[in-house]
Amino acid sequence: MTIDMRFSVTTLLTALLAFASGLYMPWWSAALAALLVAAFVPQRVGWSVLAGTVGMLLLWGLMAFFISRSNGDILAHRMAQFILKKDDPLSLILMTAVLGAITGALGALTGSLARRAFKPID
Amino acid sequence: MRYLWLTLSALLTIGFIYVLDTRSVLPAPLGRLLSPQEGIWQNAESTDADFTEDMRLDGIKGKVSVYFDERLVPHVRAEQENDAYFVQGYLHARFRLWQMEFQTLATAGRLSEVVGEKALNYDRTQRRIGLVHGAENALGEMEKDPEMKLVLDAYTAGVNSYIRSLNASTMPIEYKLLGYQPEAWNNLKTALFTKALTNTLSGFDRDFEQTNALRLLGEDNFRALFPEVPDSLDPVIPRGTAFAHADTIPVAPPTADSLYYHRKDSIWFNGEYKPDPSNGSNNWVVSGSRTKSGKPILCNDPHLSLTLPSIWYEMQISCPTYSAYGVTFPGIPGVVIGFNENVAFGFTNSGRDVKDYYEIRFKDDTRSQYWFNGQWKDADRRIEHIRIKGAPEFLDTVAYTVFGPATYDASFKDKLHDGKAYALRWTAHDPSDILRMWYQLNRAKNYADYEAAIQHFNVPGQNMVFASKDGDIALWQQAQFPLRWKDQGYFVMPGFDSSYMWKGFIPQQENPHVLNPPQGFISSANQRSADTTYPYFTPGSYEVYRPITINRRLRQLEAATPDDMKALQTDNYNVFAEWARPMLLRYIGTEKLDSDEKAYLKLITDWNLRNDPQEKGATCFVNWWDSLENDIIYDELHKSQIPISNPDHFVVLEGLLRDSTQYRFIDDIRTPEKEDLATLVTRSFQRAVKEFRAMDARGTLEWGKAKNTTIYHLLRNNALPFARAGVYNGGGKGIVNATQHDHGPSWRMIVQLTTPTEAYAVYPGGQSGNPGSRYYDNFIDTWAKGEYYSLWFMQAGEESDKRARWTMTFKP
Repeated sequence: MTIDMRFSVTTLLTALLAFASGLYMPWWSAALAALLVAAFVPQRVGWSVLAGTVGMLLLWGLMAFFISRSNGDILAHRMAQFILKKDDPLSLILMTAVLGAITGALGALTGSLARRAFKPID
Repeated sequence: MRYLWLTLSALLTIGFIYVLDTRSVLPAPLGRLLSPQEGIWQNAESTDADFTEDMRLDGIKGKVSVYFDERLVPHVRAEQENDAYFVQGYLHARFRLWQMEFQTLATAGRLSEVVGEKALNYDRTQRRIGLVHGAENALGEMEKDPEMKLVLDAYTAGVNSYIRSLNASTMPIEYKLLGYQPEAWNNLKTALFTKALTNTLSGFDRDFEQTNALRLLGEDNFRALFPEVPDSLDPVIPRGTAFAHADTIPVAPPTADSLYYHRKDSIWFNGEYKPDPSNGSNNWVVSGSRTKSGKPILCNDPHLSLTLPSIWYEMQISCPTYSAYGVTFPGIPGVVIGFNENVAFGFTNSGRDVKDYYEIRFKDDTRSQYWFNGQWKDADRRIEHIRIKGAPEFLDTVAYTVFGPATYDASFKDKLHDGKAYALRWTAHDPSDILRMWYQLNRAKNYADYEAAIQHFNVPGQNMVFASKDGDIALWQQAQFPLRWKDQGYFVMPGFDSSYMWKGFIPQQENPHVLNPPQGFISSANQRSADTTYPYFTPGSYEVYRPITINRRLRQLEAATPDDMKALQTDNYNVFAEWARPMLLRYIGTEKLDSDEKAYLKLITDWNLRNDPQEKGATCFVNWWDSLENDIIYDELHKSQIPISNPDHFVVLEGLLRDSTQYRFIDDIRTPEKEDLATLVTRSFQRAVKEFRAMDARGTLEWGKAKNTTIYHLLRNNALPFARAGVYNGGGKGIVNATQHDHGPSWRMIVQLTTPTEAYAVYPGGQSGNPGSRYYDNFIDTWAKGEYYSLWFMQAGEESDKRARWTMTFKP
């Protein structure tokens, strides 16, 4: 597999696994999903972290975006005023995406480092 | 080294998750809240959400189908009556769970559990006025009634069935934001909701303030500022209606002169959390002799704090025994204001005082004994456990006397530190099968059924308006009203013996009532129920001006139609200004005004006396009057810091209309010179103009902008993004369209008892309590414009009508 392919697969896999775990577990299971993908799919730390980041950025960002779009942004208008103190639904969606991305990045970093720690020969 | 990096990374991840999962670092658990699968995004309901659903639920006996129309109003059709209450409970919870639980927590004095220590004083107040005690007494009575027990149990089971279906994702958004979980519903919570209503509508009192006012002002001035009957009274019961002769009118105890009227000390009480005295309503009914259709028309608009989610939830309940449509309270079973196939019913608050305070002398600080009828008597001590979020439990001991709970004592709000204690006698504590009234009203077929139904209602006093298809119109002012001697309950009474206790209740048959009066209509708008020919003493807090506008219009109306009724319910005419303005204009010293001031005066002179939203004259008049009223009575009333209540709105106006320049309160007693009326009128105007200029500069001089109608979320300033501010409409205090800044017509309903029934209604909210739903506030603009929805009183056989947008079915 090329690096590109491997990156795409792990990105997608992170998003899928995080979505599935989110159906049954609390929000932070997304970090666990990114961790597992990074731990079991061999890749350089940098690529792993990027995959966790992008996977979760897309999952949370797109979910928030589509939910909000079908809601006509009604709730996003209100919640943006609560959380961001300004009436800006898009910023709330972006903030959701970024929080997802950081969660994914940290999970993937931990997973990747675990792989390196326990499987020295790559 | 690799292990070190791994450990650091793992710690960083856990730390990050912890920070975003808790409230202890950031003000909100942002990760949990923004997770699209768990947090607030899950509450963002699709604008084309599908409410069609088939459910099999434990606790249901037969089939129930619920047809939702396009406004999300459910039309419930149940094969068995008690299933209808199950489904009503389920729907209330499905659409309004957070509010119904929050309101009952508030009534039970349990808000500290949710919001922490800042609610402690509120919680203590709720418990010390005995709301839980009252709810327990009411529940005991209702559960003794086998039919009501089944109704309550079915409703509770329905609510709980929905609560059990919830998970972290589907929880109403307020639980997510405040970080707590709903608990199971029970029949006590239903009873507590009735006490929330009782407190809202009969919890306002001013015994302490009146006691202080009497001492401060002396009897003569007190009577002038707090008169019993206004000159301009247009009573609920038409003048000339004969009242039965009263067999027993109690007389004041012989000690009243020294112990009651001439107290030597002031009382510093806790004035927080009083219900708004504007809580009131309009209702009227026009007989078929005066309507175009020849059938009666019944109208009702209850005035309450305007909130989101709305206090009302609209629905139709149909079962083999009856079919009723109207508004319901999430929290109790039944239709509260509405109609069925045969009759219509509505309510306004009577405003009558059913709440008195008695001074109690406790033996010592333990408050376990008090002096009564010449000996020390044991008090029942109720220990209130108030759990507080983030703090240890607070224990509050409340002593219960023969009168009721000692609300105020050395441990609660004793600002004067005189160690005195005051016990509360309030009919809200008395047992009653109160919900049976609606149970019977919902199935009433005629006047006799209505009359039988209302016997079960004991508090708060309500003007219960009624009309039937067989042509009767009626109104009873119903509750258990204390039988008082004249002036009893104006002031705090001595509670050292039984001589000042209420002498029973006014016999129910002698409550003010009227059936098919010759004038062809009946109306009530929180004014005093009867003129001075009514034999009983009826203190209270009353409206004067709304009924005058309503009755003027109803007296002229012939061949009335529902459209005429819409126009009247939304009428902005200011009768107070009609009487006050000529006097203001007569005494204003125009020669003392500069051109700018003259321009503002012209706004008032040219004003059409309507509090329409675009009228600047309305804003100027209201401000000017407040400014003048303050100049006239502030000096007398606020000689000291002791709490005192302001006289009613009519008092100064009627005083000036009666005595003009000779009105006894005109002179400012704080200055050596003698002020006259012209001076005060001119001075108050000039002061008000400063405010007009500032408002003009901000662009808020138009009445609709000055008033800035705002429908707050129940969490008020803690949830402003969930409110609707800047609703542009007219109305105001003393105006039929009683919309004030955050208070007003919470439901407007017009029912014409033709066959088929023709009904129109609207409320300022929406059927869903979810701020993420398009149905959260979608009625507000219609309401603000004074428009109505035509109601679909669904009949059997209309199941496949195109108005049924979605169908929910419930099966065992």
